[in-house]
Amino acid sequence: MKLDPAIRDQVLATVPSLRAFAISLCGNIDRADDLVQETLLRALAHIDSFEPGTNMPAWLFTILRNLFRSEYRKRRREVEDADGRYAETLKSHPEQTGRVEFEEFRAALAKLPSDQREALILVGASGFSYDDAAAICGCAVGTIKSRVNRARTRLADLLAIDSVDDFGPDRATRAVLAGGGRN
Amino acid sequence: MGDRGKDDDMKHRKTNLEPLEPVAEKPESHNPMGRSVTSQKPEARLGREVQARIGQQLRAMYNDVVSQGVPQHLTDLVRRLGDQEAE
Repeated sequence: MKLDPAIRDQVLATVPSLRAFAISLCGNIDRADDLVQETLLRALAHIDSFEPGTNMPAWLFTILRNLFRSEYRKRRREVEDADGRYAETLKSHPEQTGRVEFEEFRAALAKLPSDQREALILVGASGFSYDDAAAICGCAVGTIKSRVNRARTRLADLLAIDSVDDFGPDRATRAVLAGGGRN
Repeated sequence: MGDRGKDDDMKHRKTNLEPLEPVAEKPESHNPMGRSVTSQKPEARLGREVQARIGQQLRAMYNDVVSQGVPQHLTDLVRRLGDQEAE
């Protein structure tokens, strides 16, 4: 029996979002695409365990996350250099955001513990409910809420600190250039 | 590619972030990284603005990838496997 085309289309429709999530986990587009491919292979091999009418994106995200977690344990060291490489994964950057600001944001996001980052992305970017995100991550809803809040607080701190660092020397420089003493 | 419609409901939901303040449950309060920094800083009043910005940038970053659609090799893969299934 062939795969129901409707199910197939649901799978395909989830791929763009699945890639975005994979990139946020891996920090590297090649590995992310491998991960997505592996997820699709696994999903289609076990498509019978998907109940039609239930949440296809959540099902696929769960598979992808589990694969990533088991791979992550093997390759921990490599994955941790994700920091600076994330920026290389995208061809463009969103128009409404300045390049510098965007890079700062990426850098700050990369500093979050991975469980906080994934919770924030699932809820804040993928658009999953807290319940779905909890199911995907295999933890309690309260845990997801806590991780998301912690992630947001930490990001706000990092971004605020960055901008103070950025403005500080600049202000000092301007003061010097203006021939000013200090007040 | 015409088959993006299915995840529209995900996109339209945009964000499910709740207001930052109330966190009743703290199952991870053992985490030492937790709250340590700021909240007394003068920048704290920028919190709301910063949070809006964070949400915006998060979605912008994510949607940048989403808008790339499905790479051809993955479309091919799914179609091929779908045709072979359970033979």
